[in-house]
Amino acid sequence: MTTYLLRRLAFLVVTLLLASAVLFFLLRLLPGDPANALVSVGATPEQIAAARHHVGADQPLVTQFVTWLGQLATLDLGTSYISGLPVGPEIASRLVVTIPLTLIAFLLAVIIAVPVGFIAAYRSRKWYGLAISAVSQLGIAVPVFWIGVLLISAFALSLPLLPAGGFPPDDWADPVGAIRSLTLPVLTVAIVMSASLTRYVRSSVLDVIGSDYLRTSRALGASFASAMWRHGLRNAAVPVISILGIELATTFLGAVVVESVFALPGLGSMLLKAIAQHDYPNIQGILFVSTFAVLVIGFLADFVQRVVDPRLRDSISGNRVGGRRA
Amino acid sequence: MKRHSSLLIGIAVAAAVMLAGCSSPATTSGSGGSTGATIEIGSVYEPQNLDNTAGGGQGVTEALSGNVYEGLFKLTDDGKVENLLAKDYKVSPDGLTYSFTLQSGVKFHSGKTLTSADVKYSIEKVTSAKSQSARKSSFVAISKIATPDDKTVVITLSSRSISFVYNLSYVSIVNDTAKNLLTSEDGTGPYKLGAWKRGSSLSLQRFDGYWGTPAKNKQVVFNYFSDATALNNALLTKAVDVVTSEQSPDALSQFDNNSAYTVNNGKSTTKLLLAFNDKVAPFDKVLVRKAITSAIDNKKLLSSIWGKYGTLIGSMVPPTDPWYEDLTKVNPYDVTLAKKELADAGLPGGFTFTLDTPNYDPHPAAAEFIKSELAKIGVTVNINVITADEWYTKVYKARDFTATLQEHVNDRDVVWYGNPDFYWGYNNPQVTEWVTQAEQSTTTDEQTALLKKVNTQIAQDAASDWLYLYPQIVVASSKLSGYPLNGLNSQFYAYDIVKK
Repeated sequence: MTTYLLRRLAFLVVTLLLASAVLFFLLRLLPGDPANALVSVGATPEQIAAARHHVGADQPLVTQFVTWLGQLATLDLGTSYISGLPVGPEIASRLVVTIPLTLIAFLLAVIIAVPVGFIAAYRSRKWYGLAISAVSQLGIAVPVFWIGVLLISAFALSLPLLPAGGFPPDDWADPVGAIRSLTLPVLTVAIVMSASLTRYVRSSVLDVIGSDYLRTSRALGASFASAMWRHGLRNAAVPVISILGIELATTFLGAVVVESVFALPGLGSMLLKAIAQHDYPNIQGILFVSTFAVLVIGFLADFVQRVVDPRLRDSISGNRVGGRRA
Repeated sequence: MKRHSSLLIGIAVAAAVMLAGCSSPATTSGSGGSTGATIEIGSVYEPQNLDNTAGGGQGVTEALSGNVYEGLFKLTDDGKVENLLAKDYKVSPDGLTYSFTLQSGVKFHSGKTLTSADVKYSIEKVTSAKSQSARKSSFVAISKIATPDDKTVVITLSSRSISFVYNLSYVSIVNDTAKNLLTSEDGTGPYKLGAWKRGSSLSLQRFDGYWGTPAKNKQVVFNYFSDATALNNALLTKAVDVVTSEQSPDALSQFDNNSAYTVNNGKSTTKLLLAFNDKVAPFDKVLVRKAITSAIDNKKLLSSIWGKYGTLIGSMVPPTDPWYEDLTKVNPYDVTLAKKELADAGLPGGFTFTLDTPNYDPHPAAAEFIKSELAKIGVTVNINVITADEWYTKVYKARDFTATLQEHVNDRDVVWYGNPDFYWGYNNPQVTEWVTQAEQSTTTDEQTALLKKVNTQIAQDAASDWLYLYPQIVVASSKLSGYPLNGLNSQFYAYDIVKK
């Protein structure tokens, strides 16, 4: 297990480095000059040059990259070109919105999808089994912003129960306000996420139901429930867990749409603005933190899978990266 | 999704001008209501930081100017310049020395008393090499700032500047020992900063030690939105009481015939321009520019974007500038005339050009409209969509363009046609001379007369095509009164707002 953990850690660091290089250099391909943000309209070429020098934008790209890596090593994400304010604290203040949004929505989606997906598989021939299947298919097809707009229209505009958007100025110091603000966004994400999860759970359980070992277990006298409990669920969980990791990562990155619809001050809306303004330090910082989060989620999914599935523990596999089955 | 908060929108160019204003009752009258109220304001202009001289942007002006920070003078909502922190001032006969006396008993939010040193510091903060203030170029004439005593500031100019006092209304006076103005403040205004939750809201609280008339409400919260629909939903659900500047024409219908809301059609100074590069062919020919201008039906364009709102101007001067004249008839919409002018210019078969179009509303829609209009006279338009940053680099700095679309937000900015080095390359020595003379005028009448000549001349030369003047629409709950109606300098004075 220690070897495994070390390998994963090394893998994490290398991937982060590669990702940082890719995002740093790709950003520089954008047309325009971010130094524009540093000076007033009508600045003289000398003033522009001085400003570029001040933030190090006049250095060769490789030097800038190394400087940035050096800052990262000291947990400093740099200073925004546009606002002149440090990037790290702003990302932290945005994460108090995005992380609860993603995690609560994720938990809710799992709570919905596991039993519902199980029923859809166990009773796949009954009308409600088919109905679940059809509805979850629909849920996958519908774009997330549309669900958001529908929920706003129903529970904020027609029935004024919840806010249509925004977040309390006091953050979580106003827990009731924060929870009220997050209710509709969480529901929006959970609905979409549970739709696709339901389908994964269903097909995974269907596989198990049709498996030889379950039939054997029942032939030896176990009831369906007991055979499922002792042998089926654990097997069904393995593929679902790797999907969960990917879903969680996708939701974290996809928060940008929901945050925009609900005017939430999360990481996604910060990214959107940073891109529009070509604010390199902000974009880099957000993407770096997101990449890190995605890699950690992948690692956790992989780790949980190994706990659930003893067969995986025997192989010191480095090839099952990102929580995916090879 | 709007990108209006972008730094470039506003080629926030300081107009060189004077103080005579236009008159019309601005703000709705505020009366009744509780002084303990919290006013929720909705806006799309979040500040980047809280310092106007460090790239804070339009959002700082909107939230802090007049509310948290005050200038020596105040630009009222109807465009007049009134004394604020300056109790009085004298100008020497040669117009080169201004002597300001400060109000007594003015305290900063930190408790310090305002002195002339703070004023000197604040003006130098705007003019310093580091400053990113859009108003920086307005103060090039300042040669010396002296502070003979705590209550007196004497400013010496190197040349006459009739708009000097008007320009000073844009300078926020800040405590000269204040630290970290990017995220905090120390001004003298009726409100002090509460909390700024970035990406979400900024709150202001009534300052009990205010030297003037206290604010009529206890707290003001600016709520920021990047999505126009989310902003309108907030107004519909009463999460906000007023929207400072409605950017979504389509959404207005839900408030227009609803007695719970008031839709105010105020005065804006934002002009949408089809700016030609007057230095390059074929737009170096006046006839070609006139032909293009006459071939585009501005009225149809305006109504397709803003419905019944907005104004046609026919030149760079909006009706709120003192030197406004209706010049919409100089280059009328007339396709036959356009074809004739094109033929007279030696291009009877038309030509092809590239239109650099910023990627945020309303530019792409306007570009498509222009393309279809110009096809009628045989001119082909290639639309090249660019970001705000590219616009600034390619068009504004490198002048690497044939024609472009851009909104110009400031009042009194016709004077830019007197600068042959400006991005559009309009160079008429007569106009340049009139603009220079206007700034050095001794009376406002003289200045007004000269700038009227400028205005007429640029229209006759079709220096650019001024497509239309934006409307400034403030939508508010009917229970609210006392809010500003006009979008002058993007400010939004909140202290008179009352909620029933």
